[in-house]
Amino acid sequence: MLFSMNAIVPLACVTAAALAAMVAEAFRTPGERMPIAPLGLIGLVAAGIATVLLWGHGYVSFNVVAGDDFGLFVTGVLVVIGLLTIAFSPATIEREQLPAGEYYALTLFAIAGMILMAQATDLLVIFLALEVLSLSVYVLTGIRRDSRAASEASFKYFLLGAFSSAFFLYGIALTYALTGSTHLDRVGQLIAGHTFGSGAMETFAVGLLAVGFAFKVSAVPFHMWAPDAYEGAPPVVTGFMATGVKAAAFAAFVRVFMSAFGPLSAIWVPVLWGLAVATMILGTVVGVMQTNVKRLLAYSSIAHAGYLLVGMVSANAVGRAAVLFYLLAYGVTNVGAFGVLALLESKDRPNDELRDLAGLWNVRPGLAALMTVFLLSLGGFPPLAGFIGKWFIFTAAIQSGYYGLAIIGVLTSVVSVFFYLRIVVMMYMTEPEPGRAPLSAPIVPRLAGAALGLATIVVFYLGILPTQLIDLATQSVARIF
Amino acid sequence: MSPTLIAQIVILLFVFFMLLNSAAIMVYVERKVAALLQQRFGPYLTGPHGLLQPLADVIKLMFKEELRPKAADAFLFTLAPVISVTAAFAAFAVVPFGASTTFFGLLDHPIPLQVADVNVAVLVIFAITSMGVYGIVLSGWSSNSKYALLGGLRSSAQMISYELSYGMALGAVLLLGNSLSLTELVNGQAGYWFHVIPRWFVFLQPVGFVIFMIAGIAETNRAPFDFPEAEQELVAGYHTEYSSMRFAMFFMAEYINMVTVSAVATDLFLGGWHGPFLPASLGWIWFLVKVGALLFFYVWMRWTLPRYRYDQLMSFGWKVLLPIAALNLLVTAAGVIYFGA
Amino acid sequence: MPDQILFYLLGGLAVVASVLVIGQRNPIHSVLLLIASFAGLSGLYVLLQAPFVAVIQIIIYAGAIMVLFLFVVMLLNVGREDTDVDEQSPVFVHRVSMRVGALLAGLLVVELVWALASAGTLGGVFGPMSQAPPAVTSVRTIGHALFTDYAFAFEVTSILILVAMVGAVVLARREAK
Repeated sequence: MLFSMNAIVPLACVTAAALAAMVAEAFRTPGERMPIAPLGLIGLVAAGIATVLLWGHGYVSFNVVAGDDFGLFVTGVLVVIGLLTIAFSPATIEREQLPAGEYYALTLFAIAGMILMAQATDLLVIFLALEVLSLSVYVLTGIRRDSRAASEASFKYFLLGAFSSAFFLYGIALTYALTGSTHLDRVGQLIAGHTFGSGAMETFAVGLLAVGFAFKVSAVPFHMWAPDAYEGAPPVVTGFMATGVKAAAFAAFVRVFMSAFGPLSAIWVPVLWGLAVATMILGTVVGVMQTNVKRLLAYSSIAHAGYLLVGMVSANAVGRAAVLFYLLAYGVTNVGAFGVLALLESKDRPNDELRDLAGLWNVRPGLAALMTVFLLSLGGFPPLAGFIGKWFIFTAAIQSGYYGLAIIGVLTSVVSVFFYLRIVVMMYMTEPEPGRAPLSAPIVPRLAGAALGLATIVVFYLGILPTQLIDLATQSVARIF
Repeated sequence: MSPTLIAQIVILLFVFFMLLNSAAIMVYVERKVAALLQQRFGPYLTGPHGLLQPLADVIKLMFKEELRPKAADAFLFTLAPVISVTAAFAAFAVVPFGASTTFFGLLDHPIPLQVADVNVAVLVIFAITSMGVYGIVLSGWSSNSKYALLGGLRSSAQMISYELSYGMALGAVLLLGNSLSLTELVNGQAGYWFHVIPRWFVFLQPVGFVIFMIAGIAETNRAPFDFPEAEQELVAGYHTEYSSMRFAMFFMAEYINMVTVSAVATDLFLGGWHGPFLPASLGWIWFLVKVGALLFFYVWMRWTLPRYRYDQLMSFGWKVLLPIAALNLLVTAAGVIYFGA
Repeated sequence: MPDQILFYLLGGLAVVASVLVIGQRNPIHSVLLLIASFAGLSGLYVLLQAPFVAVIQIIIYAGAIMVLFLFVVMLLNVGREDTDVDEQSPVFVHRVSMRVGALLAGLLVVELVWALASAGTLGGVFGPMSQAPPAVTSVRTIGHALFTDYAFAFEVTSILILVAMVGAVVLARREAK
């Protein structure tokens, strides 16, 4: 094992950008407008370049941060999500009078935490990374301080999040008690060296860790916080936490359960199976009943967590690669959808009710078209990214013999198409209600426009020419597990 | 019982009674010094030069009626002064006040002159004094009186603010002495530079010493930082509702805390029991002299400086004292690395 | 043997106090019981030959954090949590939720007992007790470990604290208008 600092370079780039944002804010005179967003973009691009350069080398830093391809793939996904988020942010900050320096600093710290979570190979470090990203996101959720809904959302998220952290920590403690180590490799070796049946201690350790992760990825029945938090946060932040947090948490989820607790799969596979089924069904069914677009997308993201869990339950190479690919496809699509919502928001009106979107086609045909692309991708229509992702996941499930999961997954996808199409119908075919002021045509800043364009291109690219990315994903999981 | 055990019990009892008496002595000294500074006589009727005044005070307090507000939280109201005074006594337990001794050859091997030798003594003192704040806060809350409550609130904010600077000043000394044991720290200060200047840490850490003393005054709620009991605004602050011996306990705790802070400052900065002229076995006399000087300084400050305003206290603590303390710690750390410990 | 008695006393103190924390209607009493629980934990650390950790536990948790808790409770003047609010909610919901909670609590106790009972045999599997590194007694050892093996985690913790500080300022700052 080569000792080097290389593996933490992407992480360091993002952290440096976050610190730079704070320093820049310190030098800002009151009332002065300072371009802090470019700092973040530079940091993220640097992190992206570092990720590409590190690919395939497998450096390990400090014995706890792995620069393996699995971690780097997720880092790449996170960098893309981060770039899109930051590109969408200036409009929101301007409109809501948010503290720019702190906003970008927290966003970048959250990304740093996510990257670390994807790369960490020690339970202790994973926990620290989880806390870094969670704390940032709690605050970002409530960053509109004059909004009661935002404060409530932030508070709920914080309380339940703290609760889930306690579960997670207790799981770590039991793992340590069991093996005397928190390092995943060591834990894995020790567990593999002994045959376990259904010992209580390991069941508990695995169970508590699973609960902690399930909270973060908003799997049913630990999803309670998600709809409120998603609705209360500014749409940009919602998009960010629906994708980034999920990607990071799933990366760590896969790494911990596949590498360290792989030998105990008899314990956790049935649990995750149940979680996956409950998550897919509840996310879809409750989603159908929503009238608020943000809540609807919140339930949709819960359902997507279910599909990702299917990939984990499959527990084969295809399943792991599918989870990675799905994280990218889902991440880009969802950030794009929330980006459109963020642009539609106006100062006096959040414009997040379903009926607010009526007639969007007449006002901003471009935004309506992009939104349609993202929604169809979420629903899994070919030839878009979401379709390939789902197809890949269900293939993995069938290969491992989980026909039931695959069938439930396909059925819920079909149902979910209903509510995605409802939004589309609303945008194209419905006239605004007579009593309601029509949607004002929003201004699309150049940066946000570029980001939307990029997201759309990625969605189409992944949908039409997925082979390259699938190869990368397959390759990245092949080397470590 | 082994002679060592007996010796230790003797030390324990000695420290306990000295602390008890120190409160009485300090009350007298405080009044006399105040009178001196204000060109008055001070107490002079009870006994020669008013020396029996503390005794009279104690008797008076004992015979006063114990009052308790009707709406007070009875349990906590009773508990609060006990916490205060216990913390005050307990903190001194780990403070060494003299070189190890065999008590004129009565013991086989020398024992240190302190109640308990703990290898993390400095931190223990820190922990116990940080418990003392609960006495004040709880008395403020349980009295169910607005003056008391405000006094308790102020005190908790003040003590937390100054505890940081206090801790950082301590940290710098720990770096120099490379130990957490007070005995070892004191022994690190034995000897002289150039045969003249004693090797006291105060000469290496003048800034740290000043910070420590200022924070120490704030920690013990003494003037000019005595906001928790600012009489013009808060009647008597957190102990407004207390009377008789319960009040006396707070009073005692305040003076004992002063003694403890002075003793710790002596051990950390002023070379403890090391000093010229006296043999090591009589080092405790030097210790007493130094502690006495610091206590006089305390009293002197109280009657010289007017009370700050509360916002001044807070901004001074956070914006002046803490940055200086942090800088001092950094410079010390760099110095220790550069010059070697 | 005295060690064992102490262990059960201190452990009992920590557990009982923690349970009482959530049983109090008066937030001040909850805070005080939490301090008692920390004191129990600190005593357990002393039994584990880790005086440094014990003292730090007192200084940081009991001495600083809980004072802040108390400060906030007093500042906001949080009163007794009275039962009216509970009684306003429908009786059915109230009762059912309470009973489900009680059941879950019972379940947790049973499972924990089971887990701990099986832990004894597991200790033999890995023998962590015999192979465990020598007890971390001295501050020097802890310092060394912090800045070598755990250097990275240490740095991440500093970032975590920075984030918490920024977050607190963002949420609590009063805008200067």
